[in-house]
Amino acid sequence: MKTALRVSFWIKTVQAAALAVAVCFSLGATDAGSRFNDLGHRLMCTCGCAQLLGECNHVGCTESGRERKELSAAIAGGESDKEILAMFSAKYGATVLAAPTTHGFDLVAWIAPFAVFGAALLGTILLVRRWVTSPAGKAQAARLANPATLDPETEALREKIRRETGSDGGF
Amino acid sequence: MAAFGSFALLIALALAAYNLLAGAVALRLLSTGQPSAVSPERLADTARRAGIAGFVAISAAAFALIWSVFANDFSITYIMEHSNRALPGAYKFSALWSGQEGSLLLWAWLLGIYGFVLRLRHKTDVRLFAYAGTILAGIQVFFLMVLNFAAPPFALFNGPMPDDGNGLNPLLQYPEMVIHPPMLYLGYVGFSVPFAFALGALIMRYPGEKWIKITRVWTLVTWLFLTGGIFLGMHWAYAVLGWGGYWGWDPVENASFMPWLTGTAFLHSVMMQEKKGMMKSWNVWLIFSTFLLTLLGTLLTRAGLVSSVHAFAQSSIGSWFTAFMVIVLAICIFTYVLQRKHLKSDHQLESLVSRESSFLFNNLVLLTACFVILWGTLFPILSEFVQGNKVTVGAPFYNRVAVPIGLFLLFLTGVGPLLPWRATSLKSIKRNFVLPVIALWVTVFVCLAVGVTPWKAGVFDTGNFYALVAFALSAGVMTAILSEFLRGAGVIAKQTGRNLFVATWLLTRRNTRRYGGYIIHIGVVVIVIGLAGAAFNRSAESELGLHDKLNIGPYTLECTGFTQDSNLNYSTEYALLDVYKGGVKQFQMTPEKRVYQISGQPQTMVAIHSVPEWDLYVVYEGTNPDTNQPIIKAMLNPLVSWIWFGLVVMVLGTLIALVPSQKPAAQRGGNQ
Repeated sequence: MKTALRVSFWIKTVQAAALAVAVCFSLGATDAGSRFNDLGHRLMCTCGCAQLLGECNHVGCTESGRERKELSAAIAGGESDKEILAMFSAKYGATVLAAPTTHGFDLVAWIAPFAVFGAALLGTILLVRRWVTSPAGKAQAARLANPATLDPETEALREKIRRETGSDGGF
Repeated sequence: MAAFGSFALLIALALAAYNLLAGAVALRLLSTGQPSAVSPERLADTARRAGIAGFVAISAAAFALIWSVFANDFSITYIMEHSNRALPGAYKFSALWSGQEGSLLLWAWLLGIYGFVLRLRHKTDVRLFAYAGTILAGIQVFFLMVLNFAAPPFALFNGPMPDDGNGLNPLLQYPEMVIHPPMLYLGYVGFSVPFAFALGALIMRYPGEKWIKITRVWTLVTWLFLTGGIFLGMHWAYAVLGWGGYWGWDPVENASFMPWLTGTAFLHSVMMQEKKGMMKSWNVWLIFSTFLLTLLGTLLTRAGLVSSVHAFAQSSIGSWFTAFMVIVLAICIFTYVLQRKHLKSDHQLESLVSRESSFLFNNLVLLTACFVILWGTLFPILSEFVQGNKVTVGAPFYNRVAVPIGLFLLFLTGVGPLLPWRATSLKSIKRNFVLPVIALWVTVFVCLAVGVTPWKAGVFDTGNFYALVAFALSAGVMTAILSEFLRGAGVIAKQTGRNLFVATWLLTRRNTRRYGGYIIHIGVVVIVIGLAGAAFNRSAESELGLHDKLNIGPYTLECTGFTQDSNLNYSTEYALLDVYKGGVKQFQMTPEKRVYQISGQPQTMVAIHSVPEWDLYVVYEGTNPDTNQPIIKAMLNPLVSWIWFGLVVMVLGTLIALVPSQKPAAQRGGNQ
């Protein structure tokens, strides 16, 4: 009986937590300017200040005001994000887009970092596995695991470190 | 004074060249044991003394330039282009690094200072320091050649001497700009020293790991300067550029960040070499790469290869730097190939889940981050080469690619110290990880409950999602670090009978390096929390007439006046804004717009009110030409002050890590 109650309590707790997560995830205020803000951060100001359109506010900027008006007009005109970005790119050149596109050679910009990271991660894991399973690695592990091979002075020092810091020493 | 400065630079070049040649000959004689007419030890000592004299000569040149700035000697082109009579004294001093030639002179001077300290401390290890000193002399020869032949700071103005100069770039007329560049340069230049030690130790096949211990202190000091320099630059960008952010992924910002990443990787992996005799080749290449990246950063800044807001430093000396980088790389590869047998590891990793492998993965992530930034910085050039048109690689690219990598690194920051050396058992994982994992999930639920959701208006919001992950990971990592402190301090408290605070202090004193490192990690966590706040930035913009109001967050800004002022350097317009919260007046803010008299360039001076929750950031954007009404932009930037506080914690941690650990009483007695 006690166990059944306990199980029921935990099930209800998990359900409540899941509900809380679902409710919280669904929260979020509707913002009329969110598209403008989002697109403004995907476009560059063309005056040469090297700032995002949505953030360019330097004194005397000759371009950002006009670009912002064009962006507002395009959003009000019901154009999709893709169409707006294409329109800006056609008018001002590819450098108006704050990041490379995801087609053609530009795609390489996005793929390369993850490819390099994945390859390096895989390479490292394989290398460590090879070290661990190699005869030399096994022999080393056996040697270090056998306390008899450690000299008493080192062993006393390690014990002192364990005692004083509650861990295996060094950082 | 121009002639004095020019001669000082020529003498410095001659002395550096002698230092390089005599040092190289002496070390060659010493290593081969060949008989010679001159004692190689004496020859090496004359080389060292030439290095010290060279420092005096470069100091004289730097003094000559500073003197000329203060004396308004506009017969010197550099002074004419970067100063004017009305420029305040502190900014006259900063004119030294405001242009190409001056900043190269600063570089050479700082290298001279580092070299001077190194040569004074040569008795630590005469042979190794002789190698390092000679290599530093080689680097110095390059910079002095550039200063003497490609970018002379004392070049005379062609024509009659003008009455006044062009003045300093308005962007640089800000207090941080008096500190930020020298600090950054101390970081950049400082990496020459560990590079010189690493290359020297490799050439001489230095036995043991003592060179690593010597190098570590230099690297940590350099890393501290670079960290400080980067953050001062961020604060300058935040307070001066007026866009409400502190990091724009500008190529020059990226250039300073890349050596910081590799330097950080080196500071971690070097522990593996010290403790386990592992990763020797890796460490050597990390320090080689860090030095090469400092040169690459300089090349990017000055050669105009990529467009940048730091355009004031562009010139045609790129080919000099390219040639030097190729030579340095060739020397590094040649030396490594020749001596690689000397770098064989003493041990190998025993487990995928261990402290050793966490260092390896930490290095992997740091280097991947470095690659991503390098890739993003150079991709526009590559794109132009391949498809004929340039593309922009801006913040959206880095936010998508670099931020996840940064969060993974934060995760490793928490996991690494909890793993024991050699191998980990399931039991120890359970014991060490239970609290951090609980803290992580509690934070997730609290964040979700207060509205930090990955959804905004029904659409997945990357910024909010990253913020949620960052807050959760920060809580986990902070708990992990604090539990490490508590565990150690608990043992000491039990042994000594002291309270936990005193025990924590004693614990830190006993292993300053380890616990200083943990404090640096706490600083990183605080900074990440501050960075994550950017996901919730808010802004409002309005034309404000007299007594008009602008609402943002809990604040109401009421315009109570606009006024003008001027001095010899600039004229200024500023708004007087009373700030109310809950209907009660709290303080007044005065955002400005300045126009500099000489250059006619406008510049914003942002007004910032900073509290731990957020910064109220107000910009005077100018006046609407149609209505003649001033335009005020207000931003509420959450948690920004945490970033600057995190830096303070990082600096504190680094300083603690630099202090030698206190030996236990028994050991001290044994040594006497």
